[in-house]
Formats: sequence, structure tokens, C-alpha cells
Amino acid sequence: MSDERYEMVVGLEVHVQLKTKSKAFCGCSADFGAPPNANTCPVCLALPGALPVLNEKAVELASRAAVALGCTLHPVSVFARKNYFYPDLPKGYQISQFDQPLATNGKLEIETADGKKQIGITRVHMEEDAGKSLHDRYPGETAIDLNRSGVPLIEIVSEPDMRSSAEAGAYLRSLRQILLYLRVSDVSMEEGSLRVDANISARLKGQKELGTKTEVKNMNSFSGVERALDFEFARQCALLDRGEKISQQTLLWDAAKGEARVSRTKEGSHDYRYFPEPDLLPLVLDKNWINEIKASIPELPADRKKRFAEEYRISSEEIEQLTSATDLSDYFESAARESGDPKAAANWVMGEVQAALNISGVSLDQLRVRPADLAQLIKLIRDGLVSHAAGKKIFARMLETGKPAAQVAHDESLLKVGDDSALTGWIDEVIREHPDEAGRYLAGEKKLQGVLVGFVMKKSGGKADPKRVNQLLMSRAGGG
Amino acid sequence: MSITNFGSLSAVALSARVGSGDLVPADTVAASFDTADAVSAGRDGLNLILWSNRELALRDASSLAEGMAKAGKGGLLAGVPLAVKDNIATLGLPTTCASKILAGYVSPYEATAIIRLREEGAIVVAKTNMDEFAMGSSTENSAYGPAHNPHDVRRVTGGSSGGSAAAVAAGIVPIALGSETGGSVRQPAAFCGIVGVKPTYGRVSRHGLVAFASSLDQIGTMARNVDDAALTMEIMSGLDPFDSTSSSAPVGGYRDQYMSLATNPAPLEGMKIGVPAEYFPENLDPGIRQLCLRSVDALKSLGAKVIDVKMPQTPLAIPVYYIVAPAEASSNLARFDGVRYGFRSEEASTLSELYSITRSEGFGPEVTRRILLGTYVLSAGYYDAYYKKAQAVRALITRDFGAVFGDGVDALFTPTTPTTAFPIGGITDPYEMYLSDIFTVTANLAGVPAMSLPIGRVGGLPVGGQIIAPHFGEAAMFRVAYALESALGQEAHQ
Amino acid sequence: MAVTHEDVRHVATLARLEVDDARLDHLVTELNGILAHMDALAEVDTREVEQAEFAPKVGTPVRSDASGPLKMYAPLESFAPASRDGFVLVHRLSTHEDSENRAP
Repeated sequence: MSDERYEMVVGLEVHVQLKTKSKAFCGCSADFGAPPNANTCPVCLALPGALPVLNEKAVELASRAAVALGCTLHPVSVFARKNYFYPDLPKGYQISQFDQPLATNGKLEIETADGKKQIGITRVHMEEDAGKSLHDRYPGETAIDLNRSGVPLIEIVSEPDMRSSAEAGAYLRSLRQILLYLRVSDVSMEEGSLRVDANISARLKGQKELGTKTEVKNMNSFSGVERALDFEFARQCALLDRGEKISQQTLLWDAAKGEARVSRTKEGSHDYRYFPEPDLLPLVLDKNWINEIKASIPELPADRKKRFAEEYRISSEEIEQLTSATDLSDYFESAARESGDPKAAANWVMGEVQAALNISGVSLDQLRVRPADLAQLIKLIRDGLVSHAAGKKIFARMLETGKPAAQVAHDESLLKVGDDSALTGWIDEVIREHPDEAGRYLAGEKKLQGVLVGFVMKKSGGKADPKRVNQLLMSRAGGG
Repeated sequence: MSITNFGSLSAVALSARVGSGDLVPADTVAASFDTADAVSAGRDGLNLILWSNRELALRDASSLAEGMAKAGKGGLLAGVPLAVKDNIATLGLPTTCASKILAGYVSPYEATAIIRLREEGAIVVAKTNMDEFAMGSSTENSAYGPAHNPHDVRRVTGGSSGGSAAAVAAGIVPIALGSETGGSVRQPAAFCGIVGVKPTYGRVSRHGLVAFASSLDQIGTMARNVDDAALTMEIMSGLDPFDSTSSSAPVGGYRDQYMSLATNPAPLEGMKIGVPAEYFPENLDPGIRQLCLRSVDALKSLGAKVIDVKMPQTPLAIPVYYIVAPAEASSNLARFDGVRYGFRSEEASTLSELYSITRSEGFGPEVTRRILLGTYVLSAGYYDAYYKKAQAVRALITRDFGAVFGDGVDALFTPTTPTTAFPIGGITDPYEMYLSDIFTVTANLAGVPAMSLPIGRVGGLPVGGQIIAPHFGEAAMFRVAYALESALGQEAHQ
Repeated sequence: MAVTHEDVRHVATLARLEVDDARLDHLVTELNGILAHMDALAEVDTREVEQAEFAPKVGTPVRSDASGPLKMYAPLESFAPASRDGFVLVHRLSTHEDSENRAP
């Protein structure tokens, strides 16, 4: 394919909604899902005379994100007006940042097929979201809901360092994970708290100059981004092969059709006439505050994965899964440390715990089985006091009742019976009930031991200690 | 009960009488409305008042009376009728900025300045005529027609706060609110023979003031005497959490100083007053020059040392202003699009037309001109040469003030305007109109407080003298003004 | 710098203002007249001011995330030119015609 002569060059602009209670410049709720225009006020409706006042939480979350992305956080940054007309942009301008943004010069590490790679982050800046325009709700009309107008965003702009759609996907996944760890956003493309615009160009391999870039928008999943990039790259390569020029355009991705079509943008019609926002003073962050922000950054995914690999003998797939979210990995680690058995903890967390979360829909911090409780259960099993099968039953009861493992085991009589007299009684019954297998086993068919153990386990309702049953059977058979 | 000489009673005096029970708020409201009728302040007369509602005002008056009865006392402006420029948000009466694009708009929230005045007992009785969106120097740019100067109805009131200035001059209200971006309180105050004050930028909250040029706008007070203007200003001043540009500087007792010096024969002893040469150009009207010199003599006799000073960047002020203000305005007026409030053109059949037809029909020619100018100077390729350059020159103008005030000068004295009130329709060239702001605009650009007070008449028309003080130097400014006002006495109105 | 007819048309589009041809001439003259006075600014030496370090002492004030909304004494429906079910209505954007003007 002609694509092999060319190299894909990709930069991504990601908009992330910050998880604040109120909007960036007014006290209206930033919550999702309220009735249309229920969360509005003179400020976010842009009524005459209303003025913006900055939300300190938005500054905190934006700053944390910038620091976690390795950026230099600037002690002074300036808000600017980006002027354009659109019905869900009530002021006719968006308060954003232009030539003096909050942070610059960061980087994000991604895993590629050829190993680790650093993707540069040009800048992180603060801005406000616009409202929503619904074009198909009422025929002939566009319905405007300004609940989202004024919700705080950060825009994260990468350097054009990505060279494939896979790298772009890896960047987005890493970025998302870091932001989740920081708890600064829900970062959900489906819900709109994370949006991606891609800039892509093609150049001959080995060429230094960048090709003309196009902008691709309207993707609503990470895989959508990857497919859109591949599509556009192929289109550009085909044009270049024919000796044609690439026009600087904006294209909209159509996921259903699997193609990007040109949005008819007039050349030069986007003159945003940026100037410093006169209704706000510059954002000044003092040294102490910046240090507090830096200190508040939790262990980030890359570091955590490294540490898990060193401290716990679990597989890299397990590490990947367990570090996917801060709360999950905190839970796992707590259980692992308390029980002293990371492997078991990993299994339980990725198995029963995850299943319980999926079924009940509760969040991890609402789950009744706390890490210490799980650790206790793990210890009971490891010490042979309950069987693994019983363990699952105990876990289920723990979820329901919130009672500790040992208590549930006792209450439900699930403690393994290691008492020889009881075991002997069951063994005798099994031998009576299964004379054929028992006879052959006792005559020397050792491979039937497992079957007989199984019968004993069934008869005991899972409570018999299989190890001891094996021992007793063996001594019956006369073996050692 | 009807109030004798209502039209010349000060706000302080009225408030005292209402506070003591001598008058009830309903009386002052009635007197105000009756005076408005008597002078034909409405649309078919002087055209000073755009919106008023007697029943609404009387209802406010009776609520006030109830409140006073419960509290056992009245506020500092108890029962004082207040006229408000139509670009300041009030509940009850419309806020249209004298523009078709806001026809019928009643604000669902009120400006902080209004809230604070109401808390002291003031009653809003009228929204006054103005140049559309505060863009103008004559109140001829109103969608509702020009306002007429009570001193000579063929002449302009000045602008953009012309309606408010004239309402005070005509005796309809003792105090009124205007707004300043380039002299829009001081200039009409000078033309109408009253006191007009612009505070330090950030002194009074802009929450509820419809924005024209955000880095220049301030609400100002207008009254027939310095004390009323100072009192009203003091009540409105102070930090407002709803305005990020409002200052946390403490509001110092503006009246204490001059009150304590009231009986002192040399109340300006120890003060140095600068007279900048640039405000007395060769071609200054000789009558105005004469009155200014008379005032300077009065200042000397009050104990002040008067010296000549230089403010060389002064001639650049108009060009700077007419780049910065329209630029910010072009952005501030983008929200008037027919979507969420105000006028929406019926002619439009697409969204695109909704914007362009609404805005073209809704805005008058001066507003359109300034939006185009402002958009141009911000547009790609011109931003650096125009807006950015103008802001840099603005900093130089501010430095001029800093240099003079830093050199021990406590206040400056200048004429307020280069001419007296000109005839309605007398100036048609836009740039010539802009030049009426030549002495006032510098204070807006630098953000320093400035005020105008009557210093005499030329050809029977009022002339204003201007006092400019350093940032947050309102106390010094009022001190000089109060003393000068007393010294001039009735001569200021002759 | 001379303002041309094309400049005024372009700027009018940016500002969503209609300027008919009759007014266009007039506006071009007026704007050129006004801007001619501004040329004096180009001569002014502002290097000192521009090079001065931008180090504001006081930054923009912030408010608490928990501060409630500003009260409105009348609902949106009472002043919106067209509304339905809580939404504000405008003429439908034809997806190709106007969405092109949507900025990122």
C-alpha cells in the first residue's frame, strides 16, 4: 500500500470536564442530567450586566492535572476571550486562555509495540464549556440547553509526536487513566466529559518538514479515534500519491459509515480575535499553593504498575487490570498486604469482588466487604479452615450481611471439618454407598482416590477438609 | 403632604425629614412624579425618562415605611427618590440601554449598587434616557430620541448619562446614577450644571451594569451638591464578590474629612493642587478658561498651593480610548443576538438571519459603527498594531498621573469639557463628537477618580470644573470639591 | 492603514451585522477617518512599558465550589423570545449551513 511510503503525524487536543460541584464562573450546579436550563443563572445565561467569578476548585483540579502530566505550572496565567457566534455560546465568546496558559511543557509516557515512548504535551489551559444544541428534538427548531454552559474544562494539547493510530489510542488510554487516578474528571467519552479532536498530517518517511494537517472531530470512543485516523491517513496518502495538495480542512467522523467528511468551513472564517478577559484579573498561584498541589498528586499509574511488578508476584495482565482505577488498586493492595497473599487477593478482587460490583451496581467504596474482611477470608482458606468452594459462599453472605468472614463461616457451619471422627463417619458412608469404586480403590486402583474424595466432599456439603480426607483414605488403602 | 421646594432639597435633608417622620416615603415619591410631570420629563417633553411606574414606586415606598417602622429608624437615604440610567439592572422597571435590541427586557436580577442604595432606603422612581449602550456624548444616540437640556431645550444634555443628569438638574430627583466609560457622568453633569462623580475603577461593583468597555466602566453618582454625591458614592462603594474587578480597598469616610473642615476658613491648607497645561489648550473657550481661573483663585484662597504640572501623554487619550473601548464593546455586545432575551427579528427565517437581522435592526448607527471599529482593531493582523499598542500607550497615560501624584500633588483641577452644551443635531462628525471627551477620558483610562462640579455659566449655559485625584483618593477629591463648592456659592450657577 | 470595502464586509460578517451597499461607502469613509487619528499611536515609544515584567501582585479572586447559584427573580421563560419544555428555541441549524461555524 502507498501508505508505507508515508508517515502519519498526529497531535491530539483533548477537552476534559473537571469534576466540580459548581460551574467555572458561577455558582450554578455543574451536575449532569438536570431538566433543561434548570442549572442556569444570569452569569451563564449571559444576561446583561452579569460577570464571571472563578471557581477555586476548578483551579485546583486543573493544576493537579497539569502537574501530573509533567507540565510546568505557571504562577501567572491569563484568561482570554475567544470570540465567535453560536446559539449555545451565550456570551458570544468563550472564556479560555490564549498566550499565557496555566501550564506548558509536559509529557506522557505510553507503551508502544516498540517499547516506551514519551509524547510531549504542549500546554494545559482552563476554559469553560458551551451549552448543548439539540437539532432534532422539535421539527424546524434547534433546542438550546445551557446547563452545560460554563462547566469548567481543561484543554490538553499534545505535541504532534504520535506516529500511528495505535499510539494515539495508547496516549488517550494513559491520559484517561491518569486523570481518573487524580479524580479530577469522570473522563467518559460516552458522557461527554472527555472529547478528542485530532490533527493529522502525512509526510514521506524521512522527511523533516510536516505535511499540511487536517482536523478530525466528532469521534466518540478511543477506537473511533483510531479508525478515524487510519481513514484520514489513507485519504491523505492517496492524494499525495496523485501529486495533489492537502487542503487544511476540518472533517467530521461518521462512525456509522466509517468515513470522515469535510465540514464546509470558509477559509479564514474562524478569527477568534483573542484578547485578555477584562472581567477577570490574571490567575496568580503562590509558591506554597503550588507546592501543596504537587504534594497532593497520588501515586500515578505508571509508577504504581512498576511498584506492583516489583512488590507483588502477579502477572502483568493482573497488574494492568488492578491498576486501572485508584480505588480498585487501593482495595487490592490493602487486601494483599493484610492477607500476605497478593496472588489470592488479585484473584478475589478480579473475580468475586468485580462480579459483585457489576451485579449490584454499587461503587467500590460502598461495598460491604472491606479489604480487611477479604483478607480475613483469604487467610481462613489458606490456613485450611474453609475450603475454596465454601469461601465463595462465605463471601456471598459477607456481602449480604456485612459480617466478618470467621463469623459467617461459623454461623453457616462452613468451617472445614478436620475432626477425624466426623470424617471417618463420612468415609464409611461413602464406602458403603459406592461399593464398586470403594472396592476397586481399596484393592489398589489409586486413581479412584479423587472420585472418593469428591463423594466425601459432596456428602459433607463441602465442609470436609479434603487434605485430611485424602490422608485418611490413603491410610485405609494401606498406602502412605 | 406636598413638599415645598422639593426640587432644591438635598438627599441628606430629605432623608433626615423622612427619618424623623416629618415626611413619609409616599410623599417624596409623589413629589418626584409630580415634578416630572410639571417639567414634562417624559417622551413627549424633555425625554429624560424612559421608564417609570408610579404604582410600583408607591408600593416600594410603603414597604420602606413598614420596614422603617419595624426597625425604628431609617437609612442614610430614607425615602430619597433615585433616577437610574437605563443600563443599570433594576427589578420592576425595564433595562433597555436605550436600545431597540433590549426592548421590553426586565432584568431578573438587580445591580449590587442598586441593592446597596435600596438598603439605605432609596426608592427607584425612573430609568433615564441615555446614548444607546452608553456610546455617545450627547444622549442623541438613543433609540427613543434625544434628551433635552433643561437649561435650554434646544441643546443636548450631554451623554451618555444625559437623562440622569437632566433629571437631577430639573429637580425630579436629588440623586441619580449614571455610568462612565469615557466621561459619561462628568460631561453631562457639566452640561446640566450639577455634580457628577466617577469613582476609582473597581471602587463600585459593575455587577448589574450592562458592560460597554469592561476595563473602563464604572457606575457614577449625580447630585445637585457635593455632599449628596459623596454620600451616595460611599454607600455603593466596596468589594462585591460578584465582580472580580471590584476592589477590596477599604471605603474610607468620604464625608468625614470635609465635614470636619467645614468651618475652617482654609480647609485646603496643606494640599497641593496641580493644573495640567495640556487641559488648557490655546483654543479653549475663553469663557470656560475664565471660569477655571476664577476657581483656581478660589482654591488658593482656601489654602491650597496651586502649581503648574505637565501631563504630556494627554493628547493620545482620545485615540487610545477609541481603540480600547470599541474593541471591548464589540465583544461585550456579542451576547445581544436575539436568542435568550430582548428583541428577536420576525424577518429572520434561518439562524444566520436571526443573528444578522436582529442585530442590524436592533442596534443604532453609532453602536454599529463602534462594533465594526472594535471588531476591526481586534481582528487578525491588526490586534498588535491597534489594541495591544493602545493598551501600552494607556499604561503611559496612567504613568503621567502616577508621576504627578507621586510628586506630592494631591489633586488636579481642569475644565470638564471644551465647550458648553451644543445644539441637538449640532455635531454630526463622529470624531468631532468624540472630542467632547477630551478632558474626561484620561481619568477613565488611568482608572483614577474624577468629578465635575458647577463653576459658573457661559452664555447662560452651565460650565463644569473637574477635580481628579489619585487611585482610591476619593476623600481628597471630595475635600477639594466641597471646599470649592462652598467658596463659589451661588456664583457657580451664574 | 486604509480600511477597504472588503475589510468592512469581512468585519461585518464577523460581528454578525448586515451592512447594505448604500451604507458601506459611508462606513468605509467614517472608519478610515477615525482610524487616521489612531495612526499617531504608532509613533509612540512604548518599549519600556511592553518590556516591563508582567508580575501582578493580586490575582483574580476565587469563590468556593460550594457557593450557590445567583438568584433570579423571574424564570428564563419570562424573558426568552421562544421557549418550550424549558429549552430556548431558535431556527434549526441546517447541519451543513451553520455547524461549519462551530469552533472547537
